[in-house]
Amino acid sequence: MRNVLAIAEKELSTYFGSPWSYIITAVFLVVGGYGFGFTAVTYMETTVQGFLGWSSFFLLFLGPAMTMRLFAEEEKLGTLEILLTSPVRDVEVVLGKFLASLGMLAVMLVLSLFYPLLLAWFGSPDLGPIASGYLGIFLLGAIFLSIGLFASSLTANQIVAYVVGSVLVLVLWFIGQTAGVLGEKAGAVFRAIAVSTHFPDFGRGMIDTNTILYYVSITVVFLFLTVRSLETRRWR
Amino acid sequence: MIEAANLTKYYGNHLAIENVSFKVEKGEVVGFLGPNGAGKTTTMRILTGFIPSSSGSARVAGYDVQTQSLEARRRIGYLPESVPLYRDMTVRSYLRFLAKIRGVPPTRREARIKEVMALCRIEGYADTHIGKLSKGYRQLVGVSQAILHEPEVLILDEPTIGIDPRQVVQIRQITKELGREHTVILSTHILPEVNMVCEKVIIMSRGKVVAVDRPQDISARLKGTQRYEIEARGPAKKLLARLRQVEGVRDVTAEGSGEQRRYTVECEPDRDVRDVLAAAVIESGLSLLGLKAHELDLEDIFLKLTAKERE
Repeated sequence: MRNVLAIAEKELSTYFGSPWSYIITAVFLVVGGYGFGFTAVTYMETTVQGFLGWSSFFLLFLGPAMTMRLFAEEEKLGTLEILLTSPVRDVEVVLGKFLASLGMLAVMLVLSLFYPLLLAWFGSPDLGPIASGYLGIFLLGAIFLSIGLFASSLTANQIVAYVVGSVLVLVLWFIGQTAGVLGEKAGAVFRAIAVSTHFPDFGRGMIDTNTILYYVSITVVFLFLTVRSLETRRWR
Repeated sequence: MIEAANLTKYYGNHLAIENVSFKVEKGEVVGFLGPNGAGKTTTMRILTGFIPSSSGSARVAGYDVQTQSLEARRRIGYLPESVPLYRDMTVRSYLRFLAKIRGVPPTRREARIKEVMALCRIEGYADTHIGKLSKGYRQLVGVSQAILHEPEVLILDEPTIGIDPRQVVQIRQITKELGREHTVILSTHILPEVNMVCEKVIIMSRGKVVAVDRPQDISARLKGTQRYEIEARGPAKKLLARLRQVEGVRDVTAEGSGEQRRYTVECEPDRDVRDVLAAAVIESGLSLLGLKAHELDLEDIFLKLTAKERE
């Protein structure tokens, strides 16, 4: 655990030291804010549904971008050699890096709390759906980050990592749309697999333990795959 | 302290090292010598647990590097050849991070970082970003991270390559100092370096260990011939013929053209024929400009050993 935290701390400070993170955060807030403002003004709703919709979609592209560096760069610069010959387990390295990216996401989400605060200032929003919505987007973000981390562990090229990560994420998001083509039964299966199907429930204040379990398991599976990928890179 | 037994490594179909075996005792400073591509880095990477061997095994401080990797890694300090460092971190924060994951106790961490920086003489750059340091200082940061957790075994892959002479001396000195308490393996293809810092040489060529010995013993073992170099002015033909008649001379070659030439004379060992050679030059009517016995240095040994390998 000590190693996990040390690695997470190091990665977080790299995040905060890079202008890239500030740009990403700013764009995230702008895009989410646009969604928020749009629904708030157009439908006169005191919810964060608009924010959740827009920012969740934006996270599809953001997740792999936030994580593409984490392993690919170490592989390219060779710093992995010093890290992996230190007495740390592969799983500790993966968890440390994942935790850092999750921390970065948390920072972005905390900053976006500005929008619900606006609602509370000018109206009396229902806090339940806002809380569950935030839980949802955090869990969804965790999935995207774990997938991005996995993609980053496959290659020394950040661009390749980003593309692979994005493709995986988009497949997992849009796979439900294939239902129309594949017929009813297969369609139902794919709709259940797609993470997008379950996401709107969070915004409506519904917390389904199955969905949470499903989201967390996908994250765990990809973290596991990342550990495996790190192990196999020793054999390559 | 280090024991390698029949290490073999394939990268795909390419055989990188084959049946590499050697032993390094506690407190020894051992030089890994060989041309590029001889398998030095591969061997070191296996010892440090960065890559597994295809077959064979290795133990460091009694721990198998594959099955008890964490325990082995705790006892190894390693500086990879390319000196990979996080360029966006300062020296201090970098060492702090590594001290944590290498298990330096929190109470001792700051003191140890100071100690290491002082030893490597990089205190002045503690708060400089690593990316802004010159190659030589980065190398010193690399050495300082390797010794940070006071490892029993130190493995340095070409630690003095591509840096300025003053820092080369500094790194050699550090290595020597560390060698008093630590076991050190250091790879290099600079031969004098081995003579300076190592008590034992392991010579590798084409993935195999071709010789393990003390530097001076290796030269003794290979001293098949004694060589002399003569510089003389005058007609070459006459002298060549005359020199070949000297007792014990096996071969004479001349270099250069015109009046002044350099002659290499190969003789049987264990006999000093300098005076006879000098007399021969004078008797042939040439002027003797220089004469010296040639000590076989590591360079020659190395060429000989690897030439043998090729035959």
